Amino acid sequence: MSDSRIDVKKTYKMYLGGNFPRSESGRTYKVYDGDKNLLANACQGSRKDFRDAVKIARGAFSGWSARSAYNRGQILYRIAEMLEDRRDQFMKELGPIGFKTAEAEADINASIDRLIYYAGWADKYQQVFGSINPVASSHFNFSLLEPTGVVAAFAPEKSPLLGLASVIAPIIVGGNTCVVLASEEYPLPAISFAEVLNSSDVPGGVVNILTGFREELSEHFSTHMDVNAMVYTDKLPQEMKKSIDENASLNVKRIINKPIDDWYSEEAQSPYFLTNFQETKTTWHPVGF
Amino acid sequence: MKYPDFNQTVPIDHVGVEERVSRLNKRSIKKDSKIQALKMALSMIDLTTLEGKDSPGKVIQLCQKAKRPHPAVPDLPTVAAICVYPSMVSVAKNALKGTDINVASVATAFPSGQSPLSMRLEDTKFAVSEGADEIDMVISRGAFLNGEYQLVFDEIAAVKEACGEAHLKVILETGELHTYENVRKASDIAMHAGADFIKTSTGKTSPAATQPVTLVMLEAIRDFYYDTGKMIGMKPAGGIRTAKQAIQYLVIVKETLGADWLNKDYFRFGASSLTNDLLMQIVKQQTGHYQSLDYFSND
Repeated sequence: MSDSRIDVKKTYKMYLGGNFPRSESGRTYKVYDGDKNLLANACQGSRKDFRDAVKIARGAFSGWSARSAYNRGQILYRIAEMLEDRRDQFMKELGPIGFKTAEAEADINASIDRLIYYAGWADKYQQVFGSINPVASSHFNFSLLEPTGVVAAFAPEKSPLLGLASVIAPIIVGGNTCVVLASEEYPLPAISFAEVLNSSDVPGGVVNILTGFREELSEHFSTHMDVNAMVYTDKLPQEMKKSIDENASLNVKRIINKPIDDWYSEEAQSPYFLTNFQETKTTWHPVGF
Repeated sequence: MKYPDFNQTVPIDHVGVEERVSRLNKRSIKKDSKIQALKMALSMIDLTTLEGKDSPGKVIQLCQKAKRPHPAVPDLPTVAAICVYPSMVSVAKNALKGTDINVASVATAFPSGQSPLSMRLEDTKFAVSEGADEIDMVISRGAFLNGEYQLVFDEIAAVKEACGEAHLKVILETGELHTYENVRKASDIAMHAGADFIKTSTGKTSPAATQPVTLVMLEAIRDFYYDTGKMIGMKPAGGIRTAKQAIQYLVIVKETLGADWLNKDYFRFGASSLTNDLLMQIVKQQTGHYQSLDYFSND
């Protein structure tokens, strides 16, 4: 083979319903590495893309939430396995955006561990957070957790892989489906992560990943009436935060905002994160009949 | 009136039909025009419940929806008609008293049409006597595919007679007719036999309404109008679920037959799930927020 072969650059697209479409708007934006060299073009998602994604996520919800908790755990574990398998690809992607080899390695390891952590919780959180309640009348009274529905999320800006995995895992393990906006500055690992998801038994539509600008999309994320909860972990500008909170009141979306600086730390993983996306249903059942 | 020879076939340009439809689908309808189109589509809906589990309660509930499609938006049109089985006609008639919403009923052994003609006529007469304003009948597809066009013609004419004052919609069940030529021929037979409307499908078989089939039928209506001066209505039914599709249909009608056909007297949608998508789109246009089905009634 001749030495003058031209490098084939990967085209990064979005991930919707198990497919990799371009943005409906046809727009793209440039993604640079740490030294301001052009890395790739990413899709600049639009309001319509988001709407499509929510529709897809809603469609996938009933199937995903009806799966057994055990099965969802298996699938999360499978994502971890596939990520393990694709280590090299992520090493190559994290390198140019400022991760030293050891750091990139640590980031991938932590991402795999995090997925397995939540996979483990899949069939256990119900025991821990559900309950049988003592009541004065002759009833069994028990509280169960049920997934809230479609969750929209802003992935952390500075932690394109570990942060992304840490946001997605607690949402989907409890039976929700999600639409995630990837890190604006470093969207590439998110799309590669989508390839991992796509090859690891996650049904299409459970996780949908958009790339684009937060500034542009935050209003649509927060106003969509078919989104049941919204999560972000970065410190957003005061104004954006305020408008998200106000918009969320339209359909009383839950807003989960927990700033996390260090995604390696213990505070970045917790079974309580899972309960952020669960609704408690309490059932009364008469006894003695 | 001179009847054409139904043994002759009107040639249809298949590629041309599909090409024309796909070109019409590229129209972009936005802002005020979109709101107008959405409301127009809503006013053309035949809200339908045709299930074995239909009960008076369910029909009454559907009638409420017909009268006030979405209580949160006051200036909405009502739908065109409620479509039920003959046994539920009187229930619907009662529930719709004082409105101009019609009650349509599927008679003639819907959806298969496989029972003796005398029973189908009885079925029709019963629905009319219960107060149905419109009758949706199915043609004998078996006879049609067998080439017994005269029989099909006579049956439609007989049902038309049994209808009396009520309007007759003739369901061709295009999914079972296989070719556009057959669709065209069945349309011609139905119109000459006295149909007030021709309708694509029962909604019980697949494929149901498609846009190319609708275009073929609309062109049959156009030719019939040129021949006789009589305006026949069109009703695509089944498979139309989104507001976007509905607007595409309106464009096809406008471009094939003109604005005279763009009202509920000459164009209907046989679609139930379409209603909520139209409502969601209308509310979206008003509030600027994409909607959730959580806020719209199921039936």
